Formats: sequence, C-alpha cells, structure tokens
Amino acid sequence: MGRITFIEHSGTEHVVDIEVGQSLMQAAVENGIPGIDADCGGACACGTCHVIVDKDWVQATGGINADEQGMLGLTPEITDTSRLSCQVTLSESLDGLIVRLPEFQM
Amino acid sequence: MNLLKPLLEPVIQPALDKATSVIPLHWQIRGAHAFQSLKQRAGKARPIPVFSEVPLPDVSTLALQDIDVSNPFLYRQGLWHSYFKRLRDECPVHFQKSSPFGPFWSVTRYEDIMFVDTHHDLFSAEPIITIGPQPEGLELETFIAMDPPKHDAQRQAVQGVVAPKNLAQMENLIRSRTADVLDRLPVNEPFDWVQNVSIDLTSRMLATLFDFPFEQRHKLAYWSDVAASPPEATGGSSNTAEAFDVAADIASNMSSLWRDKEARIAAGEEPGFDLISLLLANATTRTMINRPMEFMGNMALLIVGGNDTTRNSMTGGLWALNQFPDEFAKLKQNPGLIPNMVSEIIRWQTPLAYMRRVAKEDVTLNGQTINKGDKVVMWYASGNRDERAFEQDPDQFIIDRKNVRKHLSFGFGVHRCMGNRLAEMQLRILWEELLKRFDDIEVLDEPEYVQSNFVRGYTRMSVKLTAIT
Ligand code: HEM
Ligand code: FES
Repeated sequence: MGRITFIEHSGTEHVVDIEVGQSLMQAAVENGIPGIDADCGGACACGTCHVIVDKDWVQATGGINADEQGMLGLTPEITDTSRLSCQVTLSESLDGLIVRLPEFQM
Repeated sequence: MNLLKPLLEPVIQPALDKATSVIPLHWQIRGAHAFQSLKQRAGKARPIPVFSEVPLPDVSTLALQDIDVSNPFLYRQGLWHSYFKRLRDECPVHFQKSSPFGPFWSVTRYEDIMFVDTHHDLFSAEPIITIGPQPEGLELETFIAMDPPKHDAQRQAVQGVVAPKNLAQMENLIRSRTADVLDRLPVNEPFDWVQNVSIDLTSRMLATLFDFPFEQRHKLAYWSDVAASPPEATGGSSNTAEAFDVAADIASNMSSLWRDKEARIAAGEEPGFDLISLLLANATTRTMINRPMEFMGNMALLIVGGNDTTRNSMTGGLWALNQFPDEFAKLKQNPGLIPNMVSEIIRWQTPLAYMRRVAKEDVTLNGQTINKGDKVVMWYASGNRDERAFEQDPDQFIIDRKNVRKHLSFGFGVHRCMGNRLAEMQLRILWEELLKRFDDIEVLDEPEYVQSNFVRGYTRMSVKLTAIT
C-alpha cells in the first residue's frame, strides 16, 4: 500500500494511505486535510479542491482535460503544476506523491 | 460575438463606431433611448409586458402545463415553495409554452441543474441569463452571459479584485466599516433593517471595491436595483426610461472614474487594488473603455452582482433565524458555527432564483427532449430545496447543516460566482460583529418582498435590537 503527502501552505505535512480508485480529493477530505473545500463534491465544477503537484510527479498524475483546464483558469492562484484533486485518481503508482495546498481556495 | 451589431439598428451604429473616441459614453446611451422612443412611436419596438399583482392559485388546482414559475409574484406570495415541489415531484424538467417571457423549460432538481450548469458545450449563457431579454437598445455585454473562450479571458482579467488574497487585505477595513454601521443603530426601537443595515453595508463594500466616491455610494444601490428589474427581463418594476437614465448615469460616473484613475496612474501614482486599477493594469482590459457596451456590461455586472445578492442574504439570514429561534440560541451558544451558518443562509435564501441558458443542440434531460434554441432555466431556488440532494430536511434552516457548501446559490461550472468569497466574508463579519453587540434581534413583522422572478429579496423588514447587558 502506498502513501501520499499533502503539504499545507503553512508547511505542515500530512501523510495518508492510498486507497486505490479514490480521487486525491476524497483522500484529502476523508483524512481531514484542511484547505480542501470540494464544494461540488468532485464534479469538476467548483475549483475548490485545487492542489499544486510536486514537479517530479506531474507526469504520473496524468493529463488534464478541457473541463479541468477551464475550471483551473478561474483560480487566481493557478500555477504551472496546478490540478483539481478531484480529477486525479489514486493508484499504487502514485506511491510517494507530494502535493502542496494553495494559500486560498477560490 | 458583437451583440450590439444585430440588435442596434443602422441609425445608431455609425454613432457608436465613431463614438469610441469622440462621443462621450453617456450620450451614446441617451441616444439609444431616443432611438428607442422613436421606434416605439412608429410601432416597431418589441412590446414590454406589464405585470399587476393578483392572488395566484394554489398549485394543486392547476394542470401541469399551466404552471408558470416565471410569475414575478410567486416569491412575494410565498407560493414558490409549493409550485416547485410539485414540479420536482411530478415533472422535474417542465415546459411552459406561453409565459409572458415566451416558452421556456424549467429544470428543478439538484442533479439536473448541476448537469446543465456544467455543460456549457450544450447550453449557452448567451445572450443573457434572465428569462426575458434585456431592454431593447440596452443589450450590454457581460461575461456572465458569454461562453468560453471569450468568457474566460474577460473573467480572468477582473477576478483578481475579489481573489481571496486581495480580500484578506480588505478584511480589517470591512470590519471597521461594519462596526461603524452597527454602532449607530438605534436600540430598543423599531427600524428598517433593509435600509439601515443591508443596503448601507453592501453599498459601502461596493464603493470600496470600485474606489467610488464614498459619499455617493447610495447611487450604487439604486443603479443595481433598476438594472436588475426591467419587466421584460425579470418581471420587475422598473421602466424603460428609468433603465436608460441609469445606464447613462453609470456610463458617465464610471467613465470619469476610469479616466481619473488612468490619469493618476499615468502621472505616477501607485495603482490600487480597486477594480478599475486592476482593469487598467491588464493588457486585454486596459482599452475596454473604447468598447462601450463591454465597458458598461462589466461595470453593471459587478455593481449588480455584488449588491442585492449580498444585501438580501443579510436580511434573509436574520429573517431565517427569527423563524427558527432554536438555531438563534444555538448560534449564541457557539459563534464558531458562523462560517457554516453563512453558507446555510445563502442556501436558504438563494438570492438569485435561477440562471437561464439556451440549448445549443437537442438534448435529452430526465426523459424530456429539449430542442436546440429552447430556453432552459436552472431554478437554483428549487434545487436548494431538493429532498433528493440534501440529507437533512432542506426546508429547515440548520446552521450546522452537513455538506451545506454543496448548495447551488453560487452556480457551478465556469460561471461559478466570482464574488462568492467576498459575499461569505461580508456575512461572516456581519454576524461576528452583531453577536458582540446584541443579545436579541427581533423581527417585528413579516418583511416586504421584491417583485421579480429572478431576485429573491426584501424591500423592508422592521426589527428591534436588544443590547448585551
Ligand atoms: C450571496 C451573494 C451572491 C450570490 C448568491 C451570487 C450568485 C451568483 C450566481 C448564481 C452566479 C452565476 C453562476 C452560474 O451561472 O453558474 C454568479 C456569477 C457572478 N457573480 Fe455572484 N453572487 C453573489 C455575490 C457576488 C459578489 C459579492 C460579487 C462581486 C464582486 C459577485 C460577482 C459575480 C460575477 C462577476 C459573476 C459572473 C461570473 C462568471 O460568469 O464567470 N457575486 N453569482
Ligand atoms: S471538488 Fe469541485 S472541482 Fe474538485
């Protein structure tokens, strides 16, 4: 079983176990990671599950479709490696994944 | 797409083309009104519906096809609730073929609304998001009613002004302005909450956002009210002459504000964090003033968007707490519930009843075939009361409701409300400051309601404060 690390804007780290098939957003919410609102419940429709993927992990987390790109565009805090965590599906191959939380969700 | 071209007759167009540099913006709009009057006299204008209030029937006496939820008195008469419940249960995607606004579909369940709102490829927000059209000659271009990619570029240019980072810097200012309003309220005697609290606070906020002359802030509230209530758009009570006058006022006030900022920045003044400074700092919007309908559209969108929505949540929240006194007691016990309560207030009130779309192709939704070109209205007010989507009874006001942030009041998808964090912050500060000062806030009578199928709001609510002893 793999693990992923969320790093809050303040620097606080949270390590959680991977549950294969879950989204990264669900992993955050179920483990009580602060700073992920996920207002739309994973429908790629609110932009409040924004995370910044460590650059070494960008490839592994897969491509971004047009809907996600569109919603990310509404986030003033967008960066080159931004993702909506509800659109990233967890698998064993993401063991070691590191993501950072933005200072604010939109 | 240039909305103006097909809509304004050739007589006006040359004036507008030339106008970009020569004719002051406000004369262009007065010109449009003059043109409109001419057209009306010649019998060429689109007729404007007139609404007079009569008691509406109980929904159980109506055939499904006769249910018309676009009636602007449904909310005021307290009937919206039973009308929408019947549609959700018996005909969740409902066609009304002969309303005063023409034929339209109503989407009433949470899941279906979410589907429509997140499929901008199937449902267009153009040309406008109210059931009926904007007044003829006043068709403003605003990004709430544009599809991607044009929408995205325009929104990106302005969203920084209400970005959480900017808001964090404004929090103290908003708090001190709120405190100032509350400290001047009369105690132990009746007064109107709408005027003295809700309108005053939201106008102060807007004046801050625009860096608008503070002593003239009442104009912003007035403009917003008129702009949101043309009868042909929302069943509201403003009239065309008033709408044109207000457009002219917005144009002249806002363009001089713009020119003034521009000159000061050119002279070396440090640009501020207000909206116009941000627009002037962005390459795509710097020249917006040369595109009058777009300039006006953006100004109007921000003035209206940030105004009566928040205002009516300020009134609605207090009205809800008075109807659910146990929740008021719970709140006083535990002020830590304020952030969650703010979302519950916005769900319960649903300040904007709906957004409208137009089908871009034939779409089957919940068993009904919507044809290309049909109007589709997403009734957030109904979706927020959908028993299928909310575990705890959605008609109850529950300040610690679970998962309340899933409410539809801000919409979802690319048009999701840009000012949602600002609205939440204003309401949170209001309740934090109220609880510090008052032991009880009693609503003395049922409030008076706005006439509209779009804005769910209040014109008056009499209250009495008891100070903390
Ligand atoms: C409780 C208060 C508010 C409510 C209920 C509300 C509601 C909404 C709704 C329903 C939409 C359209 C969503 C959609 O089509 O999916 C919207 C969009 C918008 N709102 Fe708000 N709003 C509120 C406060 C504000 C404030 C304070 C501002 C001020 C700056 C604002 C500015 C906007 C703008 C600019 C848009 C257009 C966004 C776009 O099309 O991308 N709103 N709002
Ligand atoms: S949870 Fe709403 S976009 Fe991811």
